[in-house]
Amino acid sequence: MSDLYRELILDHYKNPRNHGELDPCDAHAQGQNPLCGDDIAISMNFSGDDVSEVRFTGRGCAISQAAASMLMELVEGRSVTELAELPKEELLDEIGVPLEKNPARLKCALLSLGVLKLALHRAKGTPLPEEWAGFEER
Amino acid sequence: MSSITSISALDVPRIKSDFPVFEERFDGRELAYLDSANSSQKPRQVLEGLTEFYEHSYANVHRAVYELGERATAGYEGAREKTRAFLGADSTREIIFTRNGTEALNLVAHAWGLNELGPGDVVVSTVLEHHSNFVPWQYVAERTGAEFAVIGADGNGELDLEQLDAIAGRGRVRLVAFGLISNSIGSVNPVEALIGWAREHGAVTVVDACQAAPHRTLDVASLGVDFLALTGHKMLAPSGIGVLWGRQALLNSMEPFNLGGEMIRSVTIEETTWNELPNKFEAGTPPIAQAYGLGLAIDYLTRVGLERIEAHEHDLTTYAMERLAGADGVSVLGPPAERRGGIVSFTLDSAHPHDVAQILDSHGVAVRAGHHCTQPAMDHFGISATTRASFYLYNTRTDVDRLVEALADVRATFA
Ligand SMILES: Cc1ncc(COP(=O)(O)O)c(C=O)c1O
Repeated sequence: MSDLYRELILDHYKNPRNHGELDPCDAHAQGQNPLCGDDIAISMNFSGDDVSEVRFTGRGCAISQAAASMLMELVEGRSVTELAELPKEELLDEIGVPLEKNPARLKCALLSLGVLKLALHRAKGTPLPEEWAGFEER
Repeated sequence: MSSITSISALDVPRIKSDFPVFEERFDGRELAYLDSANSSQKPRQVLEGLTEFYEHSYANVHRAVYELGERATAGYEGAREKTRAFLGADSTREIIFTRNGTEALNLVAHAWGLNELGPGDVVVSTVLEHHSNFVPWQYVAERTGAEFAVIGADGNGELDLEQLDAIAGRGRVRLVAFGLISNSIGSVNPVEALIGWAREHGAVTVVDACQAAPHRTLDVASLGVDFLALTGHKMLAPSGIGVLWGRQALLNSMEPFNLGGEMIRSVTIEETTWNELPNKFEAGTPPIAQAYGLGLAIDYLTRVGLERIEAHEHDLTTYAMERLAGADGVSVLGPPAERRGGIVSFTLDSAHPHDVAQILDSHGVAVRAGHHCTQPAMDHFGISATTRASFYLYNTRTDVDRLVEALADVRATFA
């Protein structure tokens, strides 16, 4: 079996954490990965400078959906500035499977993080570095 | 297989031994390569022939007066003659070498479409087309004010010809573009009916033969089409070579496509005149060795025999559909084996196609997952992607068995 599909990934894929939509919400964004057709939408509420609540919905491959679910666990309770700078390595560590050799699947894994940064940028004006800017036109 | 009784079967082990990639081991296993609709593997006869060409006969074509240049030109033009014979065309003037199938279709869209179309005209494509036979027509319609009409399909992915009357009612039907075989679900389109209808309306027909040329005999004269496109890399040739065949009268009447060297007769500051066919449409240094390689691939396919290749693929397709019908959670898209090429596209209830393909890869089974550059067709089926297995002359029933066994592992993983 492929080592991409370790237990934890499958668990998050089958039982996604924080799945759903906050309506109304303080921040929202959606993005797609045209290669796989993965689609992720994230909504958040803030309490002061911190993210108090976060939810995601989406469809696509197991890597993209499990990564989004894992990202939810990294986000809640942290400050907006901290999250705007959240390095992708932190999420990749969490996912914990080798994706370096597989740039296509790396895009799947990082889709949710890009959408999160876009939502923060829109609501709070945090910087959105070039590498995450691709979602904005949609 | 009743259909192959009159045709001697392929000697697959021998064919396979012509393809060096099958000596390669992936995690100790031979590759079950089920992605030839995407691109085919290459036999030694093509690979070694190319090396020999580069070592002994390579220079630029048409402009060198020394011996080496003459050899290169003979190799390049020899490939044009082989392609002419392969397609049953009247003249090598009608064989235009391009970079790939996409460029061949774009040539017609730009050089014919942009100049000929206008308001009141209808340009017709189908919902099953590869983007390269869909987007150029959508684009030229938009640019010229013509209407873009799309022939829909039924639940089996077979074109719904009842829509043709309504499409004709939208204006003057000027161009009808369709593929012989759908690359994403494998259905064989009703060529005669479509061409008959197009002719009734005096429309030009453009046939995308990218998925047919590698697998079955084609004859442009009996097909009765006006333009036909194919791509070399799906038919044992190197990448970087495609072919547009077109009727001479049409090609002559058309404006050029790319402008530059080779396609001119004379250039002055005031005016430029165009070269004869086919050079008029081959601006710049062409894909010389790639064209030569296409000629070698045609030799190989002709020697093996396209009827036998088609029959072999039909056997594999029938077998794969039987086995997949019995596999839990698998839904195969498209028509029965009798009305399809060597392509089987399916979805799995529990896993996304990219995850399926990834796990199959860990079993040494190579398939394609995605929308296969046919998003309108995916929308038609209400899905975003499929997993696709496609067959060629080097595949065996064992490859199908390995696919089915690996799918059981996918299901177990996602259970
Ligand atoms: C039906 C069909 N048409 C056109 C093409 C385009 O071929 P190429 O990518 O070589 O230009 C393909 C290849 O994917 C195809 O399957």
